[in-house]
Formats: sequence, structure tokens, C-alpha cells
Amino acid sequence: MPISGSEIVKMLPGRKPCKDCGFPTCFAFAMKLATGGAALDKCPYLSPEVKAKLEDLLAPAIKLVTIGTGDNKVQVGNEEVIYRHEKTYVHPPGIAILISDKESDAKVDEKIKKVKELQFPWVGLMLKAELLALQFESGDRNKFLALVKKASASNLGMILISQDLDTLFAARDLCADQKPLLYPITKENIDQAIPKIKEKPTPVGVRGASIEELIPLTMKLKEAGVDDAILDPGSKNLMDAIRDQTFIRRAALKQGFRPLGYPTIAFPCFMAKDGLKEILTASVFINKFAALIVLSDFDQFSLLPLLVQRLNIYTDPRFPMAVEEKYYEVGEPDASAPVLITSNWALTYFIVYSAIESTKIPSYLLVKDTEGLGVLTGWAAGKFTGDQVGAMVKKSGIESKIKNKKIVLPGRVARIKGELEDALPGWEVVIGPREAAGIGAFLPEYVKTLRK
Amino acid sequence: MEYKAPKEAYKGVVREVTIGKGDKALKIGGENILPLHFFDEGSLPNPPRFALEVLDMEPADKVPHLLEPFGDAISDPIKWAKKCETFGVDAVCLTLVSTDPAEKDAPADGAAQLVKRMASEIKKPLIVYGSGDEKKDAEVLPKVAQVCAGENLLIGPVQKENYEVVGKAILDNGHVAIAQSPLDINLLKELNVKLCKFLPPERVVIDPLSSALGYGIEYSFSLIERVKQIGVITKDSMTMMPIIANLGDECWKTKQAK
Repeated sequence: MPISGSEIVKMLPGRKPCKDCGFPTCFAFAMKLATGGAALDKCPYLSPEVKAKLEDLLAPAIKLVTIGTGDNKVQVGNEEVIYRHEKTYVHPPGIAILISDKESDAKVDEKIKKVKELQFPWVGLMLKAELLALQFESGDRNKFLALVKKASASNLGMILISQDLDTLFAARDLCADQKPLLYPITKENIDQAIPKIKEKPTPVGVRGASIEELIPLTMKLKEAGVDDAILDPGSKNLMDAIRDQTFIRRAALKQGFRPLGYPTIAFPCFMAKDGLKEILTASVFINKFAALIVLSDFDQFSLLPLLVQRLNIYTDPRFPMAVEEKYYEVGEPDASAPVLITSNWALTYFIVYSAIESTKIPSYLLVKDTEGLGVLTGWAAGKFTGDQVGAMVKKSGIESKIKNKKIVLPGRVARIKGELEDALPGWEVVIGPREAAGIGAFLPEYVKTLRK
Repeated sequence: MEYKAPKEAYKGVVREVTIGKGDKALKIGGENILPLHFFDEGSLPNPPRFALEVLDMEPADKVPHLLEPFGDAISDPIKWAKKCETFGVDAVCLTLVSTDPAEKDAPADGAAQLVKRMASEIKKPLIVYGSGDEKKDAEVLPKVAQVCAGENLLIGPVQKENYEVVGKAILDNGHVAIAQSPLDINLLKELNVKLCKFLPPERVVIDPLSSALGYGIEYSFSLIERVKQIGVITKDSMTMMPIIANLGDECWKTKQAK
């Protein structure tokens, strides 16, 4: 629950304008503090107690936790909303592959290699899984430590899983500077664990049999100065998991309940029996707040949809992805190439572009700025009218590139044909398919008419 | 610090809509909680229902994986629909693609006769989508509504360009409307307001348009979440309708599916 500026100002010293913080009054400073626009350190007159209290009140409702280091680190938490349309989700969940020390060397190598190499280019980004979850199952500590050693050489972020606390910390000692997540800290082992965690601080995964069981654990950790925690409410099935994930998010954001103000971890690997169900379970956790998702295994066909879903759900809904207004070349078009036009919403552009590309017909694709709206919505919003499209076509310089002055208009906005022809004297406007899916059938036939 | 489970309770109730008649009748909607939030105060009496897609002509560019389970049945829409029933569907969704001016521009009469036959031969409720061409649908869908009077079909898309004529035929002949608007909460509400001036709101189902993964699913996701919230949480009458997601075609036309 965010604290307001007027509540903060009551706690400030209220010295008549000292302005030492750089703001004209305490009130102005308080307002900035509330929105994160100023640092508390700027006020030199706060008592340590008040400062600590304010720091706590101003801290994000969900703690930011970092696993791993350098380029491979995964940051989770700091989320501000329950539903993405309220603002945006911030830190996409880290996806981990589970490796048991009972698995063969070949299998271990294959899994590490997958996380390192299974990457997918997508709309100018590179999508990939990022974490290794290493599980002590064999009963032979040396075997597990050998696995941890091998995995840590990859420099990937790691989750160390061991019910045996000594083994867990022995593994931690091999790679503490790589900031692995230690899991699980439970009510049974927390008292023994705390002093060891403090020796070489890394994030810890706290497991309870329920949300209620987690609360005293995180409170105890925090008292001991351990605040980089990840929560596992021990949900037994998918419905319980949706409830637990939702309650934790609501408690942190709507109730300002600090003991649950941490990111969460989910284990589809232990919840589902077959690969497809496991991926579907994981997809629920992408929508429902998990910050770390551990899978037993994946391949390109199961991983890609999850990564795309994660990208989609964590895209900021306040800013439609848009591309630049200009003409784009698909393949290497010459003077007799067809000219098509669409709007600058990134999705529209990519769909139309790839539909043209798959016909293997070199073309020009004009993109009109509709402030990131699709063609029909852009037209409805008055950003894809005949006049505007005409002016854009002239300005684009496409005219000097081609000899047939013909332009293909998306079928959905066929109604602007007349207007566009008025705005573009000498041009012929051809009505194209209503959907990008129709381009495959339309373009080859259309090109024949151009060549006649 | 005391923890109290953050259960929520809301004011709005999604209208319960019935499609199909007699022992085919199927209820949808009726919930006063958000989807999957069974832990909140309230209930979801009718779980989501699944329909399988049937086209009124043999699909030209569909992927083999998609067609394989149907075998030869895809050459005959009625057989295709019956095949769907063997898979345990809750409803069948027939799309009249052949009436699209960009396809065969098939006449309204034939399409309406096919719908009538299908409605009488299958045991599940029937959903009927026109081609989406708002002019042609204004001829085809009223014809379908008339010829199948009393069948209580779920018919759409009713769009802002043709809602008067299509909506009227749906009202007069005892069917339910699919109100479709392009991925925008304001356009969606505006259409519902216009439509509900003459059509009872419990005869309206919302189609906010669905998108495939990687092709805009985040827009559908957030829009559907918002529609549900505005309806259930703030009790906005014009969004308290069930939602239909017509997503088969959206998914199978993606590059990855092919």
C-alpha cells in the first residue's frame, strides 16, 4: 500500500525552509518521496528511527530480488499491480530447468546446453530460459557438489535445492559469489539456517505448507536481516496455486502486508505428470504472478510458446509497440515491384511483412503512422484517412522508386479508396485482401497484372 | 501484523444466457466472481464451454494437423459437425465462409438452409458466424435468423455497421447475438448500448476479438480481463455479458502453425 505525501510530511522535521534537500518545503520533498522522485538521504535532519521507518514505508510493496550476477542475472519482484492493464507488469518470471544429481552426465550436459543455446529471435529480441535448478536427490553429497561445480562454470543463474541443510550450504560455498537461490528454508530448518545464510548472503527460497506458514518465516528472516526472499506457499494443485499466488499478490499490494511482500516461485515440474500439462501449468503461472518457474525439461516446441507468452504478458500495455513511418523493402524490390500500405502498429506490420515475405515476391511495404493502432482502428480513430495516407505516400519518396503508380489498400478500409485517389492524382488504388492471411493468395495474381 | 486472507466480493453478476432450445439448451455466464477466482465470495455456476469449428466449405489453406482428426468429414459440413460431436464438444460453431464476397460469395438462401439442416441434425447447440463482411452479413445473418426461427442459435458477428438489421432479425426470431467489436473497450460498450436499446441484454454475448499467442494475445488478454472486471467488480450493465473467444482460425493462420 503506497504511502501518500501528506502522511510522509508528518514524519519530516518540518524545519522552516532549510531547503537542504533541494526542495522549497518539507511538503514538496514529501510529495517527491511518495512518487519515488527523491531520495530519503537528502534530508539530513531525520533521526535514525524515523529514517528506518520511512525507508520501510517507502520500500516497494514487493521486494526486488536478484538471482545470479552479471549478464545472466535474473531480477524479479518490484511489481506494482495485480492486473497488467492497471499499469504494467515489470519483471518477467525467470524460467529454470530442473537438473537432478541422479541424472546422467550426458543428460546434465544436454540440459545446461539447452539453457545456454536454445534461443529464439523474436521481433528484434532474443528469447531464452535463464536459470538452472539443481536438485540434491542422490544422497551422495559429493555427487551433488560435482553437479553444482559443473553448472556454476556456465555462469548461469542457479537455484540450489536440497532438503539436507549441510549439503545446501556446502553447495552454496562453491558458488556464493554467483548469488544462487537457496531452497528450501522451512519452519524445521530456519533456526539452523539463519546464521549460515548470514555468513555469505544470497537469496533464499522459503517454503511453507500454506501462506499462513510462510508469514512467521519471512518475519524471522527479516528480523535477522535477511530480506532477499522468494516465497513458495506449497500449493498442492493448480487451483490452490492460483489462489495462493493471487492472495500473496493482493496481500502485498492491497493490504501492504510486508511479510508477504516477496516474489514467488512455482514448480510445474513437480505438479504435472506429462510434458504438455507441465507447460500448460507453467503458462498459468506466467499469467498468475509467479516470479520463478521451474520446469523438469523442455525442447524448442514447448519452450518457445512459453517465452512468447511471457513476452506478451509482460509488454507494457501503456505503449503500443509501433514501427517507424516510412517505406520498407521486402526482399529486393525493383521498379516493377508492388506497393502495399498498412499501419504502424508493430503487430500489424510484422504480420503483413511476414505474409508478403512468404510469397517471395519482392515488394514495397508503406507504413503509415497511426500511433500504434491497427488499420481499421486507425481509420476509426481518424489516423488512416484518404487524405493522410495520400500525404504520407507523397512524402515517403516511394514515387521515385517505382514505375507503376499503383497502391494496394487493405480490404478493411476499402471505403477510403475514393478519397485516396483524390489525394493521389495519377495513382490507381487497388483493394487488397481484408486480412494479412489473404496476401498469400492475392499477391501472386496481382503481380501478374502489374507485369502485363 | 495480522494476516487476513484477502478474499473479495463484488456487486456485479454476469447475465446468464441460454443458447439452443429444449434438451439442447446450454447455459453460459451467471458468475459473480472473476474467472478462476473460486476462492473469492461468489460462484461461477456455468464453467466455460467448448465448441469446435466447422466451415461451410472445404477449407483451402488449413494445415494437415488440424484436418487429420476429421478425415473425410470435412467435405460435408453436416458430417463434419457430427464428427465434432463425437469428440464431446459442448457446441458446434459453423462459419459461413463461402458467403464471403472474397470467397465464393455464396447466396444467403443456401447458407440459411444449411444452418437449418445442421441445427436439426446435431444434438448440441449451434453457433453461427457469418463471413465478417458487414454488408454481406447484413443479408446472410437475417436470412439465417428467419429460416431458423425459434432455434435459439448464437448468431454473429453483429457489428456496428449492421447491428440494426442483424440485431432486429435476431430479436424477432428468438436467437442470441454475438456483438463483435475490434479489441477496444469503448467500441465494445458503445455497440452493446446501441444493441440493447432493442435487444434484451440477456440475449447478447460479447466477442472482443481474440488473437493468437505472439500475434497480439496480450491485447485480448487484458481486454477480456477488463471487461470481466468492469462487469463483475463495478457492475457496469453493458459489460455484464458472457464472452465468446473465437480463436481457432486466429491460431491456425499463424506462420508457426503452418
